[in-house]
Amino acid sequence: MSVAVGSGRHSGAVGGTATVRRTPRRSGDWQRRAPLLPALIFTIILTQLPFVATLAISFMDWNAYYPDERSFAGFANFRRVFTDVNIRHSVWVTIELTVVVVLVSLVLGMLIALLLDRKFAGRGAVRTMMIAPFLVVPVAASLVWKHAILNPVYGLINGIITAIWHLFGSSNPPQPDWISSFPLQSVELVLIWQWTPFMMLILLAGLQSRPLDVVEAARIDGAGAWQIFRYMTFPHLRQYLELAALLGSIYIVQTFDPVFVITSGGLGTANLPYTIYETFYQAHDYGLASAAGVVVVIGTIIIATFALRTVSTLFREEAR
Amino acid sequence: MSSSITDVGPIPATRTPGGAARPDRKARGTLLVGIIAWLVGLLFIVPVAWMLLTSLHSEADAATNPPSVFAPLTLQGYQEYFGSNPWPSLLNSLTASLLSTVLVLLLAIPAAYALSIRPVRKWTDVMFFFLSTKMLPVVAGLLPLYLFAQWSHLLDNIWYLLILYTAMNLPIAVWMMRSFLAEVPVEMLEAASVDGAGLIRTLREIVAPVVAPGIAATSLICFIFSWNELLFARVLTATRAQTAPVFLTGFVTSQGLFLAKVCAASIVVSLPVLIAGFAAQDKLVQGLSLGAVK
Repeated sequence: MSVAVGSGRHSGAVGGTATVRRTPRRSGDWQRRAPLLPALIFTIILTQLPFVATLAISFMDWNAYYPDERSFAGFANFRRVFTDVNIRHSVWVTIELTVVVVLVSLVLGMLIALLLDRKFAGRGAVRTMMIAPFLVVPVAASLVWKHAILNPVYGLINGIITAIWHLFGSSNPPQPDWISSFPLQSVELVLIWQWTPFMMLILLAGLQSRPLDVVEAARIDGAGAWQIFRYMTFPHLRQYLELAALLGSIYIVQTFDPVFVITSGGLGTANLPYTIYETFYQAHDYGLASAAGVVVVIGTIIIATFALRTVSTLFREEAR
Repeated sequence: MSSSITDVGPIPATRTPGGAARPDRKARGTLLVGIIAWLVGLLFIVPVAWMLLTSLHSEADAATNPPSVFAPLTLQGYQEYFGSNPWPSLLNSLTASLLSTVLVLLLAIPAAYALSIRPVRKWTDVMFFFLSTKMLPVVAGLLPLYLFAQWSHLLDNIWYLLILYTAMNLPIAVWMMRSFLAEVPVEMLEAASVDGAGLIRTLREIVAPVVAPGIAATSLICFIFSWNELLFARVLTATRAQTAPVFLTGFVTSQGLFLAKVCAASIVVSLPVLIAGFAAQDKLVQGLSLGAVK
């Protein structure tokens, strides 16, 4: 691989100076590009053009309820984005949701991966059990958690509390309404349940690629379990942790399903994707929704620049 | 220490931790690890198990407090789900997921070829362009896509959704396929070009067999993401083209007892993903890490 890259780069540099051979080289370039173009053009049309349109709409006063009053609005929509209490709140919800879910599922995923890296009876079965939450369709997972587990009247958790209280002869068990009392935490709980297996799988693959002979040598030299983890396992795992955190963030920032299903954005759980969906789909305020979209995109670009730097480090190592 | 993220083998089912210095303490430690691991595994599977058990109970038994774990089993919930005519939605989901996966592969494999085997200049920039499109929030582009569909009468049309799912998964597929194609031995390709094989033939006869596992991993991930998608489907479809997840969200609005029915529906909708995911566990890891972990 690295050979192919090196020669490609090299001939490119030579082609720039040797003007005589430019024509055949150019056609060679296009031959190389041809297989790439369909995918590239497809992606540009379907992901970049809509953003350009969003940018244009964000400067318009456009509400589908008043189709005749469409006009140029200047920066009015953006002023509303930054002064709108709901949108500002949903920025914080998005940040909290993403940070909490990524960190908790990353730590849990690492602990479970460390367990599953050890040998014990039925390891394959436990691994399969651990993967299951990730394979439940998100909408279905949210529905089941909301109605069959967290529901205050007939949910599993309050049912277990009742059963335990009955066991001790009490007929008056506490029956908290979990979703009303902890709305955002309920959404986070479902997301953590679904994303811990994802983190675990990537980190387990990282653990199992550890050079065992080095660990063995350290153990013979008298290194303790904690020392081996701190100075050998953890540094090796670091790039896997970064990869898992980055990919997890990309998906979790865009969370829509559990917010939509569990709280419908109520009780202060509306994150940005949900708020924009609501502004456009229910309030039909196209201008405001687009301006919020543009602000989100700018924010994402700033964060993504840092994230991409992480990937490019990983990527360079791989391309080496 | 070779710490490159690519030199990870398929996850071995077993790995013997070496060093048997203190067998007694070690055996006890192994037992403890086993017990903790089993408890954690059970904790994570309980919601799924509860979903399955509830789906097999009658509505009356499903809604008791404390829970009636040992209530008689029945297929009532499933009968009610299938009685509410879910087939069009399941068929729509299947069409959108399978065809968009095929379309993604048709676009991604040639692109990955041009990014690895015969790389274009600045191929890393192209890779990062693809990845960056994945980071942009989809909601920000949703309104123009909705307005375009309205204008061109593509609302509630499964083909429009299929095209959007293709765009949604294409960047992931390009990244994955590139990492797999990068493992194709260049000598074999050179030999093929000496023999005078064209692009299509080279792709089909030399590249494809080597990267078949990669194609399987890519297909699995693209299928799962399309099958699970809710936001686009919710906004862009109504009755004719609604997908299985959208149909599922409409299930709860009815008043009264619906727990067994919802759990049965959730099991049915999740079944394709559960089967595909369990059948190809190692592919799942490769796919989720965009091919970085092999």
